[in-house]
Amino acid sequence: MIVRIATEGQYRVEGENEARLNELDNEAVAAVEAGDEARFTEVFGQIIELVRGGGALGGDELEESQIILPPSDLTFEEAGQEFTGEGLIPD
Amino acid sequence: MPGLSGRFSTVIKAKVSKLLDRAEDPQETLDYSYAKQQELLQNVKKGIADVVTSKKRLQMQSSKLEQQVVKLDTQARQAMSQGNEELARMALERKTLAQTELQGLDPQIKELEGQQESLIAKEKQLRQKIEAFKTKKEVIKAQYSAAEAQVQISEAATGVGEEMADVGMAMQRAVDKTETMRARASAVEELEAAGAFDDITQLGSGEDDIDRELHQLTSQSAVDEEMAKMKAELGAGGGAAGELGAGEKPKEEAQ
Repeated sequence: MIVRIATEGQYRVEGENEARLNELDNEAVAAVEAGDEARFTEVFGQIIELVRGGGALGGDELEESQIILPPSDLTFEEAGQEFTGEGLIPD
Repeated sequence: MPGLSGRFSTVIKAKVSKLLDRAEDPQETLDYSYAKQQELLQNVKKGIADVVTSKKRLQMQSSKLEQQVVKLDTQARQAMSQGNEELARMALERKTLAQTELQGLDPQIKELEGQQESLIAKEKQLRQKIEAFKTKKEVIKAQYSAAEAQVQISEAATGVGEEMADVGMAMQRAVDKTETMRARASAVEELEAAGAFDDITQLGSGEDDIDRELHQLTSQSAVDEEMAKMKAELGAGGGAAGELGAGEKPKEEAQ
């Protein structure tokens, strides 16, 4: 599976890491909904680390990402907007 | 995937599909896409230039403020040695304000530097993808089957389109942050224009709006402390007021 970290680049995430990514992703959502900033920062950090660990795609590979993650410097406030407002990038 | 990334993917992909304006003729689509990519690459370069300009502006302000700090300190010492405590206090208040501004500028300059670097890296990434697209474009053009070509065009264009949407987002974030810094930079410039950091000896003894504001803005205890220190220094010097008149360099703030 190809995953992009927004504003950063694309990575390959394979095998059991795919399932792990999904778990962490849901945990991040739960932390945002619970208003738990510390937990969110921790989980989101783990997500970024997991994806970066998968190895970056070469600059000449033209692949579509299956998943796009928000930028690694995403604030808790921005994460909250992902679920309530118009999202991080206005149209 | 319905979570954070799922929501995010949807937002970005909507943007990517807007970028991919497909023409009926595959050959045309390819050439059009490539031209469009080149155009967007120019925008990225402009964006980087904007960040560099903002950074230079902040750096200039920073060095101006540094000069002000030294100047006001010298003025305070001169005023004090002439026994004009009121003027000395005024100069120290302005110095404190200039120092506070200076401290605020440093992290901002560092942040802009970081943004500049990451945008340069992104631009390089995008350029590589566009190069890859150009190569693939010629291969696709040589395909027999139009249907097969269509699939490949779609894949390749999406790959580049995603990179472009992503660079666009990185630029937007950089611009947003730069805007805040610009607002702050103009606020400092306004203060300067209003005379807050100017030569206080030009103002005479009359209190104006700026002085009243300064009293509120600056930390009085810090100013009091420095007044006391200055007095002690002058006292220890055996009242050699004349020596200070030549503009002695302040010890701790001059660096």
